[in-house]
Amino acid sequence: MAKTSATWSSRGTRRMLLRRALIAIGAAAVAAVSASWSEVVRAQQDPIRIGFSMALTGALAGAGKPALIAMELWREDINAEGGLLGRPVEFVYYDDQTTSANVPKIYTKLLNVDQVDLVVSGYGTAAIAPAMPVVMREKLVFMSLFGLGVNDEYNYDRYFQIMPAGPEPRVDWSRAFFQLAKDKDLRTIALVGADAEYPKNALAGARVNAEEAGLQVVYDESYPPSTTDFTPIIRAIQATNPDIVFVASYPPDSAGMVRAANELDLQTKLFGGGMVGLQYASLQTSLGPMLNGIVNYDFWVPEPTLSFPGIQDVLARYQERAEGQGIDPLGHYLTPFAYAYMQILGDAVEAVGSLDQDALADYLHKTTFDTVVGPVKFGPNGEWATSRVLMVQFQNIENGELEQFKHAGKRVVLLPEEWASGEFKFPYTEARK
Amino acid sequence: MELLLNAIVSGLLLGGFYAAVALGLAIAFGQLDIVNIAHPAFVIVGSYVAYMVNSRVGLDPVLAGLIFAPAFFVVGAAIYRVYYASFERTGQEALSGLAFFFGLMFIIEVLLLMIYGVDYRSVAAPYIGSTWRFGPVIVPLRMFVPFAAALLMTAAVYLYLSKTFTGRAILAVSQDRLALRLMGADPIRIKQLAFGLSIATAALAGALLILIGPVEPSMNRLYIGRVFAIVVLGGMGSIGGTLVAALILGVAESFVATFYGPSWAPAVAFGILLVTLALRPQGLFGRY
Repeated sequence: MAKTSATWSSRGTRRMLLRRALIAIGAAAVAAVSASWSEVVRAQQDPIRIGFSMALTGALAGAGKPALIAMELWREDINAEGGLLGRPVEFVYYDDQTTSANVPKIYTKLLNVDQVDLVVSGYGTAAIAPAMPVVMREKLVFMSLFGLGVNDEYNYDRYFQIMPAGPEPRVDWSRAFFQLAKDKDLRTIALVGADAEYPKNALAGARVNAEEAGLQVVYDESYPPSTTDFTPIIRAIQATNPDIVFVASYPPDSAGMVRAANELDLQTKLFGGGMVGLQYASLQTSLGPMLNGIVNYDFWVPEPTLSFPGIQDVLARYQERAEGQGIDPLGHYLTPFAYAYMQILGDAVEAVGSLDQDALADYLHKTTFDTVVGPVKFGPNGEWATSRVLMVQFQNIENGELEQFKHAGKRVVLLPEEWASGEFKFPYTEARK
Repeated sequence: MELLLNAIVSGLLLGGFYAAVALGLAIAFGQLDIVNIAHPAFVIVGSYVAYMVNSRVGLDPVLAGLIFAPAFFVVGAAIYRVYYASFERTGQEALSGLAFFFGLMFIIEVLLLMIYGVDYRSVAAPYIGSTWRFGPVIVPLRMFVPFAAALLMTAAVYLYLSKTFTGRAILAVSQDRLALRLMGADPIRIKQLAFGLSIATAALAGALLILIGPVEPSMNRLYIGRVFAIVVLGGMGSIGGTLVAALILGVAESFVATFYGPSWAPAVAFGILLVTLALRPQGLFGRY
């Protein structure tokens, strides 16, 4: 089909082109005006965006999801008071699936693509450590949520850890546990843990403490995290007849260890130490009386010695939200601290009056903050200046009811002394009954 | 000596459970050549079903698994239909079929997450926590019940496959489809039945899994490697071989964990697989 030149007559063409040009100029003008308008508007309403990864699925999601809820509670509270520096606070977060490999990608995206103003960490040693190189390169302040000894090798001066492990985290982690051992004059110890970042750090610290206490290590092994049956491990440990069994484990293995210990009637005097998961309501209710006698770490329990101002309110609001969501119904473990570390960041930003990372880091180092978990002061390496790892013993648990864990008496604080709320039932074989 | 006996017994109990999880895959992968990488995900669904029934009605998880096996069978048959129509008929099952099951695995995982949340789930049964003692040997019932159920299920499947017409047809379809047609059986219908059976075993295997320990949606990934290793080690197409391979793996893991240190257990288990394949490429009881 031949083209006609009817549509391309010169006068019609010129008119059409002129019309198009006018429309284009008009559109550009409108765009320019509205852009500059929105710039003005945005400058006043520009939200402060805080970016992070969080374990919303995967092995640690049982605590990651509650942490997110606590952070959202803080965000709502701060926005209700007018936001930070007069600007509303927004979160930009991605699920890291409890997989370390996802973390660097997420933080790179947060900083380069989403261009967030502040970053905080995800949950757990395995999620914080991979983010460090990215954060350090950008020289950002990094508030972090429950990682053990992450800064020991990085020595980053803008890292801050809300978990109250103490100035030498790996060693301080189990120091109180070993204090109990020293008080009872025990001699031999079995060390066991999963092949993963947190347990390795915890066991490294335990070895130092064991040596310092003059204990003989009769068993020192780790197991792959995918282990299904823990009876051979407990049996091997029993064969060495240790006075103490120190376990550093994640939730499924903690449950497996506790079950196996009960089934095999583990004969030892002090059992527990660094088992993650025994602080979760779901494991507490499913293991029930099998927990009796175990001495394990925790950071907050509903004992009368630990009623900090504001904490009951945060927990009550959390528990309301957690209903029917398939997550920890009590939220005792991570939620108060997740709320607190946002409180600290918010307080620092307000006090400094800007988002200058230098000034924030400085302020965070030198100030003692008032939070829902009590007063918090960071040392030079970003860890708490004084350790507040509680050694808690499970006592008097008779069944798997959830209600009992809301009140005092089932998780008794043994150490440190200033938070102690009950007697140490010793040895484990007696305390178990 | 006591330690050795206990290690072997623990290993057998664990191995029996592994056999339950691998049984479905022995049928799907071993006999039908369907690379069902989502099989452990179906097992986890079975665990959640057992959890639901146990927490609502208080029914024993093993019974729950048995009651829901027919439902799983129907689902398996339907999935096979889709798989056949989309991939096998056009000969693309090698890669596209694998991608299909990968996708299915993720969908299952995410659905479980959305419905049940991320918290660990467990069941309550009167025998969890109790043990039997035979002299120096301690047998936790939490491990024994799965072992016994797995053995019974394996025996039942074996008898079905070797004694009934459809069972033998399933074995035949993996050997020679054309010959099967000439015998008057529709190979597609047979394969559908077989895959349905494979998924039905996942219902019971899942109930056994949640008896042993707490379950959360992403746990299926921990079992993928093991189940495929068991099926290959046992010999593709052999039910008895799968059981033996599972027991060997269980005992190897338990033995190593007791005497040498648990971190070596997976290495030894897979080492056995590699050595066996090097010496006998068709697996222990495989025919080709």
